[in-house]
Amino acid sequence: MIAKKAFSPPDHQIAKPYFPRSLGQITRSPRRAWLIAIVFVMSLMACQPTSEDGPKKAHEAQPTLYYFTWSDYVGPNLIEEFERQTGARVVVDTFGSNEELLAKLQSGATGYDVAVPSDFMVSIMMKLGLLAELNPAAIPNADLLLDRLQRLPFDPDHRYSVPYLWGTVGIGYDSSFLNAPPDSWDVLWDPRYKGRISMLNDQREVFGLALRSLGASINSRDPAVIDRAKQKLLQQKALVKVYTSENYDQLLAAGEVVLAHGWGGAVARAAVQRPSIKYVIPKEGGTIWSDCLVVLQSSRNKELAMRFVNYLLDGQVAAHTTNRLRFASSNREAKALVSPELRENPAVYPPDSVFERLEWMEDLGETIRLYDRGWTELKLR
Amino acid sequence: MKPRGWLLGISLANLLFLYGPIAVLVAFSFNSSRLSATWNGPSLQWYRELLFDHALLVAVQNSMIVAAVSTAIASILGVAAAVGLESLPVRKQRIIEGAMLLPLIVPEVMLGVALMLLFVTIKWPLSLVTVTIGHAAFNVPVVMVIVRTRLRKLDPHLLEAAADLGATPWQAFRRVTLPLLAPAIIGSVLLAFTISLDDFIVTFFTGGPGSTTLPLKVYSMIKSGVSPEINALSAVLVVVSMALVALAAALQRERK
Amino acid sequence: MIDPSSTASRHHSTRQRHPYWPLIPAVLWMLAFFLLPLLLVFAISFASRGLYGGVRWVFSPSNYTMILDPLYLWIYGRSILLAFATTGICLVIGYPLAYFIARAPARWQGVWLLLVIIPFWTNFLVRTYAWMFILRTEGLLNTVLLDVGMIRAPIEILYTDWAVLIGLVYGYLPFMVLPLYAAIERLNRSVVEAAWDLYANGWSVFWRVIFPLTKSGIIAGCLLVFIPTIGAYITPDLLGGAKTMMVGNLIQHEYLVIRDWPFGSAISFVLMALVVLGALMYFKRGGVFEDVEGRR
Repeated sequence: MIAKKAFSPPDHQIAKPYFPRSLGQITRSPRRAWLIAIVFVMSLMACQPTSEDGPKKAHEAQPTLYYFTWSDYVGPNLIEEFERQTGARVVVDTFGSNEELLAKLQSGATGYDVAVPSDFMVSIMMKLGLLAELNPAAIPNADLLLDRLQRLPFDPDHRYSVPYLWGTVGIGYDSSFLNAPPDSWDVLWDPRYKGRISMLNDQREVFGLALRSLGASINSRDPAVIDRAKQKLLQQKALVKVYTSENYDQLLAAGEVVLAHGWGGAVARAAVQRPSIKYVIPKEGGTIWSDCLVVLQSSRNKELAMRFVNYLLDGQVAAHTTNRLRFASSNREAKALVSPELRENPAVYPPDSVFERLEWMEDLGETIRLYDRGWTELKLR
Repeated sequence: MKPRGWLLGISLANLLFLYGPIAVLVAFSFNSSRLSATWNGPSLQWYRELLFDHALLVAVQNSMIVAAVSTAIASILGVAAAVGLESLPVRKQRIIEGAMLLPLIVPEVMLGVALMLLFVTIKWPLSLVTVTIGHAAFNVPVVMVIVRTRLRKLDPHLLEAAADLGATPWQAFRRVTLPLLAPAIIGSVLLAFTISLDDFIVTFFTGGPGSTTLPLKVYSMIKSGVSPEINALSAVLVVVSMALVALAAALQRERK
Repeated sequence: MIDPSSTASRHHSTRQRHPYWPLIPAVLWMLAFFLLPLLLVFAISFASRGLYGGVRWVFSPSNYTMILDPLYLWIYGRSILLAFATTGICLVIGYPLAYFIARAPARWQGVWLLLVIIPFWTNFLVRTYAWMFILRTEGLLNTVLLDVGMIRAPIEILYTDWAVLIGLVYGYLPFMVLPLYAAIERLNRSVVEAAWDLYANGWSVFWRVIFPLTKSGIIAGCLLVFIPTIGAYITPDLLGGAKTMMVGNLIQHEYLVIRDWPFGSAISFVLMALVVLGALMYFKRGGVFEDVEGRR
């Protein structure tokens, strides 16, 4: 599309009023033209960032770590501290969903060292041989995992992954617009809120929500049930303002939506800017998730990668992350270091009573095709 | 023609349509309010945030490098192609020219996806190098077309004269053709450079770890719905673009 | 048209003066990084999807038959419809502007053209974001209209088809204006004056004389808008809220979300075939370049 600029007639036509009439003029001007070109190239070369690159001057000799993570997981201080401790350079790329992560890795973006897939994506990546085995001696902080996160079904011995952050999925709502706190996923189908609802742009989460609202498991393999979920979602589409996994906290805070399907931490962040925002996990239940740190098989610097993993799992660092992101850390010692009001925040640390209605997502193997087609249809109609 | 009044009106309305959104962005980049579109007093804080956004500066650097290298490749290949095409019979010229123009017609998504598949299949890891290759690939036709257009207008007798004076083909090229083509070459280099700087889709598909260019960074900033830093960035980009266009226009005018 | 005698004499002399081998590196580059990838897409479109994505080299024509599903035909139809709408609107609002510029005093024409082109040199993402900023529920448009009292509640424009349409028209208007300008500028003034003598009212003059005479410019402009618009990606992505998909978005969706590369390839290939066929049909009839340049 941008390349269409090149269709020469338009640009050529612009030049026409100024085109020299005689050959004499042509031969006189090129010298000036070359001069200008040289100035241009020189100013280009002068454009290299200088002061910001100060500590990076020796970056050819400096080890580099490539970190592939969720778009809101990285803050400025987090990386700088690690860079200072190890002298390495950390380059961060982000993604918005597990599917995007896998797609990027499969499409040839090898060279990442550390990535952060969710639970079920870890098992898929294990099956595809994308993960390197972790060296427990290099990651002592992995011994400090919460009980709840130890021996998770997809990787019980933590050979390939270590849980990093965890939480729930629910509804962020603006309590000043709703008479009573919603207790069912069906509030997202309420026509009174037409155009003020946002849903996650995440195939598994959106379908999971619909499945739970129908009383089925988020890992359902029954084609008939999946189809009913799809139909229900299609009915909802007219009410949905936008499908987004990345900025619904801003939409909530700005008042552009009053109901947002989202992860607890993001809703908690929105509540900081707009105190009437609250978080609820409906009675039908939903997902409990944990994003795990993994080292990729194609990593060129696995020792550095594991050092980074260990760094992220450190109690202080983890607590700092929780304070900023409002996602709970997997490190059991971190909770004590987190600021007090967050410890009581159900969006960040769910109360015990809620766990019985939560489910872990599983890898569905071939059955995911049904979800694929359903998700595509939902987006297309 | 008589009724010019309403024509002028529509034209001005068109210009308002074209410039309005850009002007709005620039204006609101000075707005101190974070969330809403109500004016809250002037502030330079977003520009300050911009300066300290290290990832953004790295992205700019990446963009410049990719643009410079890919433009250089595309220019050399494109000029050579334009000159070489000239020597073929007209029918062959048409066919090859048509084929070389295909990248301009094919949707960019397709270009990006196709290149990605190529690199995956031959197991070439995605990086700034693959991005550069992709940019060069769609810029070669750009350079070629612009230079060709100019080439076809040149007086053929000049080259005959050079030959009569005993010049070899290379000498004739260097001393006659190249200077005559200079304006077109420079114009196409500038254009190719801009296209490369601006490119999103092909870069999106062919980029790997650490290959974030400026458009990619802007895209992820927009998706995250982050601060009016984007407005400030937009304002900077707008000013830079206008400066470039003014430079190009001045170049043209000088030649008159 | 280019003077045939000069072409003959030129190619006669340059064939001896300039060898054609400088053409070869460019051709090789394009073969390797354009043609080969496209062939690969074509090949993959007949393969099967791997379990978790990627390609399994098992022949399967079902990708193309899947496209025949009304759901996917609908997405092509919708993209074509949006492209038509964009082209139509660009034509309607662009023609007066082009006419105005073409009839302006010669020294001002360059300035006007420059003014039309300048926004175009700004980053496309930034220009699309500008519309997001304006059309949001809490955006500029709603804020102003609410303040002024013209509306009671915000109008939801962003994340609808209308926003995508506005964005597309905004992005491609210059492509319509410039070829139109070129065609109108070449109009023979005396013909237009004669038309005024024949038909008293402006509308007849326009519709019966000016419009047909500028047809080549109109077609060029329409093609320059229509073809890229069908494959648009950024505009529907940012302004459509992941609710309004065009073919370009579907392709990205199949590759980077669903990871069904064979199916994505099939969709891409059909899109490309549509676009290229359309363009070829036009070029066969005489071509854009000759039309615009020929008179000079």
